[in-house]
Amino acid sequence: MAIIEVNGVHKAYAGRPAVDGVSFAVDEGEIFGILGPNGAGKTTTVECVEGLRVPDAGTVRVAGLDPVADHDRVTRLLGAQLQESELQPKITVAEALELYSAFYPDPADWRALAERLGLHTKYGTRFAKLSGGQKQRLSIALALVGNPKVVILDELTTGLDPRARRDTWKLIEDVRDSGVTVLLVTHFMEEASRLCDRVAVIDKGKVVALDTPSGLVSRAGSATVISFTPSQPLDETELDQLPGAVSVEQNGGRIVINGTDETVNAVISLLARHRITAHQLRVTEATLDDAFLDLTEAEQAA
Amino acid sequence: MTTATPARTTATPTPWAAVLRAETRLFLREPGGLFWILVFPSALLTILGLIPSFRDPDDALGGRRVIDLYVPVSVLLAMIMAGIGAMPPILTGYRERGILRRMSTTPVPPSALLTAQIALHGAAALGSAALVMTVGRAVFGVRLPGQPFGYVLALLLATASVLGLGALLCALSRTTKASSAIGTVANLVMMFTAGVWIPVQTMPETLRRIVEVTPFGAASQALDRAASGGWPGWVQLGVMALWAAVVTGLATRLFRWE
Repeated sequence: MAIIEVNGVHKAYAGRPAVDGVSFAVDEGEIFGILGPNGAGKTTTVECVEGLRVPDAGTVRVAGLDPVADHDRVTRLLGAQLQESELQPKITVAEALELYSAFYPDPADWRALAERLGLHTKYGTRFAKLSGGQKQRLSIALALVGNPKVVILDELTTGLDPRARRDTWKLIEDVRDSGVTVLLVTHFMEEASRLCDRVAVIDKGKVVALDTPSGLVSRAGSATVISFTPSQPLDETELDQLPGAVSVEQNGGRIVINGTDETVNAVISLLARHRITAHQLRVTEATLDDAFLDLTEAEQAA
Repeated sequence: MTTATPARTTATPTPWAAVLRAETRLFLREPGGLFWILVFPSALLTILGLIPSFRDPDDALGGRRVIDLYVPVSVLLAMIMAGIGAMPPILTGYRERGILRRMSTTPVPPSALLTAQIALHGAAALGSAALVMTVGRAVFGVRLPGQPFGYVLALLLATASVLGLGALLCALSRTTKASSAIGTVANLVMMFTAGVWIPVQTMPETLRRIVEVTPFGAASQALDRAASGGWPGWVQLGVMALWAAVVTGLATRLFRWE
């Protein structure tokens, strides 16, 4: 069942479209990612879901409610972590958590949450004195303190060190496992492939792909990259005729072939036929990075 | 100040009470603001009172002393310091830092934050006014207002117009820097019309007539009248009420949440 429905949303700023007909639906209990380059319209899209912006056209529903018209009811079931939003400079961590938990009818235990996010040693620290990572963690805690059904996290782990990032990912998985739906805006591929059940790739205000992370990867033009240094030179025409090969490059004696699983087998038999040894043979799967670049580049060329 | 342990679990406060409590704590953490609102007006009165000639009755003032005139002036100074000097940078900062936006995603509207700040600055201004009158009475023997109801009414109207002006200032300035800059200029103009440099009562006729249509010129005349035991003129009260209504209305219309 879809808990967030975005249908044909358009939003322009001063005549320039930021979001140009975006549609997607987020199912209850999933982690849904919105991926895209900077300025693609990701933040504007989630701001429409949060009810912070009114779409020029199209509809948004959160649990069947309009985030603008039913703003009050939506805020009770939606927690948000905004990009670049701050708190009062002199408010302490404990005060902020206590304040925000007072806003909700059925708040979570903010002390447990703070402990989970490693903020319990910082209760008396003022917001302005926190490090970037600590501010980020506080902002995640505040998004979760109201016991929301849906949580929107915009640039979740920006500013976190690798350790804190991994801890945060674990927290988000736990949040999902407790039945909360997560809408995640990110530009980290690793984050999207690790966390998301499904991903919408947004570029220039449009959804260019919507799939599982592995579905997106297999869609990428070149799913497999084979590279090796042959013991003897190989015939170029033979290489070009390899099944599934998208591109073949020779670089200082090293050959790099973009292709599919089929290409891998063909390369191996080709080498065997010519009794050539392949030094430093590497076969790598394309990553979400490659898929992302393919998808957003295709759009740019169009 | 701050402690390492969180506050004990008490009955969950209502959201608005929680906002007011948090903002009160934050308000008390601004020593600069507290000094200018609560200490400076009384300090200025004290310094002026130390000038011997200001404590002598003056025939040109109808037998009153300069220090008598400076009590209402210092009261108005407290209002200006709170409403124009201290409040606008805080409110614009809340907008600029995305604090209001963040609150828009919670069940409590960001107007709760603004309301709390306006109420706190109003309360501080009135507290400072009380302090000024106490110092005037205790140290320089300035009589308490002869017409207390009229005085309080004039005070409340002056507070309403200064807070409205402060809110309008935030609505008009996009950044904290702009609001501080506009605030500084507005501060000087307000201080002049309130009679900080020359009490309104001693201004030349034409100047006084002009100043009387400004909120603080009107307030100064109204407070002066009530201090001497008369009912403040309805014209002056009306001028203040009109200013309060117009600036508050404009501020509400023009305010941007982000």
